[in-house]
Amino acid sequence: MSDQSYEPSMVLATKTFDVVGTRPVRHDGADKVTGRAIYGADVTLPGLIHGAVLRSPHAHARIKSIDTSKAEAHPQVRAVVTSADIADAGDKTVDLGEGLTRLAFIRNNVLARAKVLYRGHAVAAVAAASVHDALEALNLIEVEYEPLPPVLTAPEAMKEGASLLHDDLTTTELGKPTDKLSNVASHFRHEKGDIEKGFADADLILEKEFDTSTVHQGYIEPHNTTALWNNDGRIQIWTSTQGPFTIRDTTAAILEKPVSQVRVTPTEIGGGFGGKIPVYIDPVAALLSKKSGHPVKIVMSRADVLEGTGPTPGSHIKVKMGVKNDGTMVAAQASLAYEAGAFPGAMVIPASMCVFAAYDIPNVTIDGYDVVVNKPSTAAYRAPGATNAAFATENIVSAMAEKLGVDPLDLRLNNASKKGTRRADGPKFPRIGCVEVLEAMKSHPHYSAPLEGPNRGRGVAIGFWFNAGLPSACNIAVNADGSITLVEGSPDIGGTRTSIAMQAAEVLGLPIENVSPSVVDTDSVGYTAVTGGSRVTFATGLAAIRAARDVRDQMIKRAARIWGVDADTVEFEKGVFISRNGTENRMTFAELAPQLAATGGPIVGRAGVNPPGVGGSFAGNIVDVEIDPETGKVTILRFTAFQDAGKAIHPSYVEGQMQGGSAQGIGWALNEEYFMNPDGKMMNSSLLDYRMPTSLDLPMIDTCIIEVANPGHPFGARGVGEANIIPPPAALAHAIHNAVDIDMRRLPMNPVAVMEAIWQKNGVTD
Amino acid sequence: MPRKVQVQTKLNGEQVEFLCEPRQSLLEVLRDELGLTGTKEGCNDGNCGACTVMFDGRIVTSCLVLAVEAEGKEITTVEGIAAGNELHPIQQCFLEGAALQCGVCTPGILVAAKALLDQDSNPSEEKIRFWLANNLCRCTGYDKIVRSVQAAAEKMQEAR
Amino acid sequence: MATVFIPGSMRDLTGGQAEIEVHGSTVRDIVDELDVAHPGVKDWLVDGNRLKPSLSVAVDGVVSPLGLLQDVEGNSEVHFVAAIAGGC
Repeated sequence: MSDQSYEPSMVLATKTFDVVGTRPVRHDGADKVTGRAIYGADVTLPGLIHGAVLRSPHAHARIKSIDTSKAEAHPQVRAVVTSADIADAGDKTVDLGEGLTRLAFIRNNVLARAKVLYRGHAVAAVAAASVHDALEALNLIEVEYEPLPPVLTAPEAMKEGASLLHDDLTTTELGKPTDKLSNVASHFRHEKGDIEKGFADADLILEKEFDTSTVHQGYIEPHNTTALWNNDGRIQIWTSTQGPFTIRDTTAAILEKPVSQVRVTPTEIGGGFGGKIPVYIDPVAALLSKKSGHPVKIVMSRADVLEGTGPTPGSHIKVKMGVKNDGTMVAAQASLAYEAGAFPGAMVIPASMCVFAAYDIPNVTIDGYDVVVNKPSTAAYRAPGATNAAFATENIVSAMAEKLGVDPLDLRLNNASKKGTRRADGPKFPRIGCVEVLEAMKSHPHYSAPLEGPNRGRGVAIGFWFNAGLPSACNIAVNADGSITLVEGSPDIGGTRTSIAMQAAEVLGLPIENVSPSVVDTDSVGYTAVTGGSRVTFATGLAAIRAARDVRDQMIKRAARIWGVDADTVEFEKGVFISRNGTENRMTFAELAPQLAATGGPIVGRAGVNPPGVGGSFAGNIVDVEIDPETGKVTILRFTAFQDAGKAIHPSYVEGQMQGGSAQGIGWALNEEYFMNPDGKMMNSSLLDYRMPTSLDLPMIDTCIIEVANPGHPFGARGVGEANIIPPPAALAHAIHNAVDIDMRRLPMNPVAVMEAIWQKNGVTD
Repeated sequence: MPRKVQVQTKLNGEQVEFLCEPRQSLLEVLRDELGLTGTKEGCNDGNCGACTVMFDGRIVTSCLVLAVEAEGKEITTVEGIAAGNELHPIQQCFLEGAALQCGVCTPGILVAAKALLDQDSNPSEEKIRFWLANNLCRCTGYDKIVRSVQAAAEKMQEAR
Repeated sequence: MATVFIPGSMRDLTGGQAEIEVHGSTVRDIVDELDVAHPGVKDWLVDGNRLKPSLSVAVDGVVSPLGLLQDVEGNSEVHFVAAIAGGC
């Protein structure tokens, strides 16, 4: 346990503001500490009935027949649906706001068509008076399966002659479609410079292979939805989601409804981390509602969450890097084979953008493979793909430093990416904070603190995430008492409604208590992309800033009209309208607000953005561990997280993101994995055995916020939600190596894995 | 259909009565029959702590308690922590200390933390972590939660 | 003249060239110009009157949400990258 006093540190803060950078209590706070906040499972409607989903027991099988007659005859059952109730998706594509995908992949995942592709794949659903009746009725549905051999890892799925999941999936090879039926949906490559020449120039070449296991986002609140297919044909959905517009658009596409007939209300959400972007149960609940004439609520069980939603890819990664004796990196090569799960779309492209992003290397080749396997269809998990990749790259970088006899942070600093460094996937970096994060790590007291005792070691690692922009909208209305109401469409998972309100307050010179923010449904605000991609504080914040400026500009014109002066002569400084036009006229925001109705009408400001100028974020860790040589248990003695936030709008919530991502990274590193038996059944589908970190597993997580302002945002903000999950597994592997001289190449590094590595090192055999 | 059982219990300081099926858990009845949705379901098998309530002076996972067992007992949920309109120090410290992000684990953690502070006015960091070890949080990494419990302990001591 | 970086998977359309200098004041102009000298490039990049949804364009390192409508200065670098906006 750590014993240092709590002093959040800010490095390189270059500007101070009135509201931005302070730590107000969040607007939804009272509701959330009293149990009043309405999460999805708390929703109730008159006539509500309950749905349950029947899931495949097989990892891979053909569906020969489904007989629902006995379930339909159950006295409490009001409706039954199967895949036959949904239209075929054909070749349609849909934009989920994070790239285009084939609708069939989603529709066939929502309810299996012809084949089940993983244990947990949804096959049918019922709605009944109570959830107990619905679960009973599931047992009455008779499904005849023809089991097929499953493939469970990328290397297995890529072999010639491997059992194929799809009879129409061909490999897109280096951008070109082929006729090759395969489990490899695509193979792409990024190239920079001349990789052969690069390795020829190297004095030291290191090459290793790594494996990472499937892990789940682990949000505490299971998926839930309540759907009403109303008598006028309009569908209303209340759901726990990161993206109400995504749910609306995808549900409408699956059910062949125009989006104008679907309204999605995002309820408060108990965690997402990427796993609550895809659609699972909303179209099913809507169909059950249509058939029964009742609103239908479905709440997933924890086992269904683990087996039937979207964990992150397991992966098989090869990395080879070359460096000169003077510490200059000259070549880097990676092969990233990622498990997509049942349908294509593994997050291997983002992985390829991040794997070597931290280093300025002239010769780089990256091969990425998107491979389907008989596991749940993967979804995004906080910086998807990058954590796996960093586990590989950072291992090799630290090993290089060790072999060259140089400090591991110095080696990184000497090769660190800067503004103008060209990434392997093409573009040059704008202003970024890689160097600043490394320097903060080097100068932090943790790095030079003595660490004594046997089986103890210190590790470091860094990572990069590019962050997203994407569309957001915001409306602001001025109240007669000088306060404002702010309406936006980004589900608030970690305090963002407040950080968005703070940005509007800053523009208008208002105290934060005078801003009333709300997250609203898809009928009440303009299109807003998902809460994800570390985008909300940046992009929805930018929308709020522009809406606030729109308010300011309209009020300037109004003050000018009241004073009878030209609007050009009116300025707005720190909440006061001033006209310097011979005599000076002054009016505060609160003095002007009550006059609006009588001087032209209410003022509403609005903005819609899809901003460029996204700033990527670098993150780093220093971690001290102690290994128990008898059990392989890894105890974390001290952990410090570093991250470039650009500008921490609300520092407490930036620290919170850094600490939360670190904790997830630690779980990923030391214990979490899907234990699959050879039949593709997850043997640990409960929170007892899918063991995430508890309060007793972690020390205090100290944070160091670096602020290298993002030129693309008025306050300099960079997204911070994701990059923090990238370094922990790599940093822990480094620390474990320094503690007991073993080289961990597999995740998780659980006690069994650590002991086996120690025994192997000591030449111990059975 | 199974016959419902009539249960009388003291809930958040008030006598209440409800009907339930023998197979229903206390968690289900609190949420679906009594309309107290503050207590959350995360796993329904006692492994996440989101459903933590006080049950005759002990903290329990209400998903593993049958509703019929509530007969004659005293139960406190998150809805019973605030004194009327005034937040309890633990709630206030959680807000000021930003000890919640998504907030879904918060009700269970508040009940558990209050139970700790009611019996130990100055718990060590280790004791706080041990006491909260059955309350999973996936968002915060527990740092600000532990610090907020420490702050609440201090605040409650000052009030004495 | 803007410099267009040709993605590896498109280089057989440009005779193997990885960097090509092109005139144009918008990305659309540039794509049209490229297609004159290297037929097939436009079909590869464009769907109707927008960039293929799987692609984004980055001008001087900044991914532009305006796609074909994005202005391009002389001396700019233009990259076509996968339209992955971010994870979660």
